[in-house]
Amino acid sequence: MALVEIKNLHKSFGGNHVLRGIDFTVEQGEVVCVIGPSGSGKSTLLRCVNLLEVPQEGQVFVRGEEITDPDVHLDAARAGIGMVFQQFNLFPHLNVLKNCTVAQTTVLRRKPEEADKVARANLERVGLSEKVEAFPAQLSGGQQQRVAIARALSMDPALMLFDEPTSALDPELVGDVLTVMRKLALEGMTMLVVTHEMAFAREVADRVVFMDGGVIVEQGPPAEVIGNPREERTKLFLRRVLDPTHVEPS
Amino acid sequence: MSTPTDTVVRKGLSPRKRAQRSRLIQYAVLVVLVLVALFSADWGQIGSVFFKPEFIKSTFQDGVLQALVKTLEYTAGAFVIGLAGGTVLALMRLSSVGPYRWLATAYIEFFRGLPAIVVFIAFSLLPLAFEGMTIPWDPYGVVWLALGIVAAAYMAEVIRAGIQAVPKGQIEAARSLGMPPGLALRKIVLPQAFRIVLPPLTNDLILLVKDSSLVFMIGVAADAYELTGFGRDLANTYSNLTPIVVCGFCYLIITLPLGLLVRRLEAKAARAR
Ligand SMILES: Nc1ncnc2c1ncn2[C@@H]1O[C@H](COP(=O)(O)OP(=O)(O)OP(=O)(O)O)[C@@H](O)[C@H]1O
Ligand SMILES: [Mg+2]
Repeated sequence: MALVEIKNLHKSFGGNHVLRGIDFTVEQGEVVCVIGPSGSGKSTLLRCVNLLEVPQEGQVFVRGEEITDPDVHLDAARAGIGMVFQQFNLFPHLNVLKNCTVAQTTVLRRKPEEADKVARANLERVGLSEKVEAFPAQLSGGQQQRVAIARALSMDPALMLFDEPTSALDPELVGDVLTVMRKLALEGMTMLVVTHEMAFAREVADRVVFMDGGVIVEQGPPAEVIGNPREERTKLFLRRVLDPTHVEPS
Repeated sequence: MSTPTDTVVRKGLSPRKRAQRSRLIQYAVLVVLVLVALFSADWGQIGSVFFKPEFIKSTFQDGVLQALVKTLEYTAGAFVIGLAGGTVLALMRLSSVGPYRWLATAYIEFFRGLPAIVVFIAFSLLPLAFEGMTIPWDPYGVVWLALGIVAAAYMAEVIRAGIQAVPKGQIEAARSLGMPPGLALRKIVLPQAFRIVLPPLTNDLILLVKDSSLVFMIGVAADAYELTGFGRDLANTYSNLTPIVVCGFCYLIITLPLGLLVRRLEAKAARAR
């Protein structure tokens, strides 16, 4: 059984039909990168997986449980799905350790000592054990994003969602975050990553999904989708991304 | 119609010289005003009406400090009620349940539109209107309620703005960790909202200190007088304004540091942005 299964997903904002029938699956342990032009619905798709956006039509299954079912225990389902945002969204009034324990002690009802241990282990994993007492505002963007990853990992999620985790970072800080994500992938974490980092997708992804205009245009191993795309729209997009100076012939 | 010649800069003094001359004139006016005040006023008379030393002394002996403590007690209790009530009202205004929103809006508009003194007069007449009715902890109960009910309306708007100023991403992060709405509100949104509204809430506290002077409208016993009631009583007895001046200074001892605190907090918030 697939870890994530999405069937005929439709989502509109007012009259703006953003997702126009998405079908796809993510297997246990798979790393899937979603690429595509701005406004193609990548973030919206990702946010439908933990129901931060409620689709109008279609179904989303996570671990066999239909989370689009109105009667599902949504908070419990969300606790098992880690999410990392472009803007980090750390809790600025809590220190790094508290950021990583607040949901453990309240949602998972772990004992404070246990939550502490889990949080410290995950902060170690992202290379920030010496920053436990710091507040988010005292950290660089790259450090904040790694804390956000540790915060999500501390819930022992079955799946991690990343929405352009490096897009808000200064170029010299991107590497640290990607290194952490690469390590996670190697450890077998199931990951769904929206990204513009083609090198990362090529190297780490098991599968690349190219979206445009609210549909999946093409998907497959990175060597195919990025290395040798079949669809004209994919080729066009990759030319723009890989060579920003490229000018369309008019 | 403007022709090029209209926009030619006036010749004569440079801008710097002109600014200098303007400052000079302002100082000259000030000096004249001060001199007029010095020579026309009867300073002996003013001193003995407003600052008579033996009345300053007897104001202290009669218990101005006790009245100061009462003012602080009345203000503190009302602030707590206002804060609790204001938070509930703010959450009601943001509720998805229509009737809660309407109720809160009606309450807020009603009590912000009334002069506080009307509310105080109403409270002072309650025991008359409802025979045998008593509000516990006399006189604190009445005072805290009357002040708190009005304060809640003002604070509700401040707190609502604070809650709405917390970025949406914070709620999304909390919800994506599995926190139910109430928990996300308590652990993530409200702590940040209260930080944001700390300066305006402190301003409300200053207003409350001053509004506590309306307590004398309710007609409390002499030993429950706060600063204004106490000062007025004593000024009447002495036929002299010195007690009121002393009480006025007591208010400033509370409000000036709070005002300073507000400016500090605002500066800190501006720097954090
Ligand atoms: N909350 C919202 N309300 C209204 N419209 C929205 C909302 N969220 C997204 N949209 C619209 O949906 C469309 C797709 O947005 P989405 O964020 O999914 O695109 P994206 O592929 O992630 O783009 P980007 O690469 O710029 O992040 C856009 O036209 C956007 O304006
Ligand atoms: Mg996006």
